[in-house]
Amino acid sequence: MGERKLRIMVAKPGLDGHDRGARVLARCFRDAGFEVIYTGCHQTPEQIAASAIQEDVDVVGLSCLSGAHRYLFPRVVELLKEQEAADITVIGGGVIPDQDFQLLYDAGIKEIFTPGASLDSIVEWIRNNVKPS
Amino acid sequence: MTNTDKIRKGDVRTATRLIRNIENNIPEARSTVRTLFPFTGKARVIGLTGAPGAGKSTLIDSLIALYRKRNKKIGALLVDPTSPFSGGAILGDRIRLQRHAEDPDVFVRSLATRGALGGLSKAAGDAVHVMDAMGKEIIFVETVGTGQQEVEIMNYVHTVIVVIVPGMGDSIQAIKAGILEVADIFVINKAEREGTERLYQELTSMLNMVDSFPGGWRPPVIRVGSLFEKEIFEDNIEELSDSIEAHYRNLVEKDLLGNRVRRKVTAELNEALQYSILAPILKKLISEGEFDRLIDKVLRKETDPYSCAEDIAKKYLKPQSLKGVEK
Repeated sequence: MGERKLRIMVAKPGLDGHDRGARVLARCFRDAGFEVIYTGCHQTPEQIAASAIQEDVDVVGLSCLSGAHRYLFPRVVELLKEQEAADITVIGGGVIPDQDFQLLYDAGIKEIFTPGASLDSIVEWIRNNVKPS
Repeated sequence: MTNTDKIRKGDVRTATRLIRNIENNIPEARSTVRTLFPFTGKARVIGLTGAPGAGKSTLIDSLIALYRKRNKKIGALLVDPTSPFSGGAILGDRIRLQRHAEDPDVFVRSLATRGALGGLSKAAGDAVHVMDAMGKEIIFVETVGTGQQEVEIMNYVHTVIVVIVPGMGDSIQAIKAGILEVADIFVINKAEREGTERLYQELTSMLNMVDSFPGGWRPPVIRVGSLFEKEIFEDNIEELSDSIEAHYRNLVEKDLLGNRVRRKVTAELNEALQYSILAPILKKLISEGEFDRLIDKVLRKETDPYSCAEDIAKKYLKPQSLKGVEK
């Protein structure tokens, strides 16, 4: 009887008001049958981690176009870990130079999508790598 | 520690996962809710309903800020619609509440309707119980953006606030049945806009036509102005919370609280019957392919839906136990 639905949070950390991409993704995830929690712009990593826990999401998708991803993305992973929520998958996207990928992977970001990544490829990655709880 | 103990201690992860399992219809979730049941009934539950964009989430945000000043522990359930095509949903009410995200005494959980039609999610009633058992003192429930008919909220809360905005229709809209009848409090939101006075007059004259209100409670009409006129706005929110308190006191003094709780239990019993009688039969019919065969038969005009239902009832329910029951 139980139908398990994937819950995903789309969040924009830091001082970055460019949320067109995040909104497009939110709609694309909705069309993929996911339940999407969208929290809007200008979120602190603390707000994002707390909201992800309260909402019981399987995935947090971080979008950042400001260049502050090197601090903001790892901080979200760290806060989730501190609150015993390391099981939540964190992925990221935005304007992220190739040379930063390894640092983010090492910090626990599971995948990174940059401009040009197709919506289908993002949905497919989530379907292949995350099982809804 | 059992999940029940963890939830009673206020553990958010356990509580939110239980709500998820209730949404997903996982049978074990029901038994956990059952063990929580004796610890519920303490929270005050306040519902907000109204058209999309009327400002329900923003009002909840301001009310949370106010009740936090009074040191109340808060829960909020926010319902947004599920897409009938993909089954997915965008749950965006939370955007308005993010300033409370880091406050450990505010627990906000979004729910998708998942096809429920009454403006709520089927899990909403049990999710209220979960927050109640966590020790939340005030629980806000926000419906999806509603039209005229989504009145289920009245079954789940102590106080129903109907939020309306000026400029949405002519005066006849105000005397229609349905959502306007379930209001304990009206809020005219965005009251700095043109048309507010007219809407206020229309609502007032609609209320004047009512002979007597249950418990003598005439729903007040509160005007809430622009969020950007901070002082006026905060005064308006204060007035709204005074009305919420007055309404609750009236329920207690006039001995009507029991009626509200009874209404809630009636709805829950209905739902539980659906779950334990109808749902298993449906599941069996569907898994055996019988459901589709019956649909084909009806399409070929070999039978009709009523006869099918009767045959199924005869097969799965003891016939003598239904004797004397009017169809």
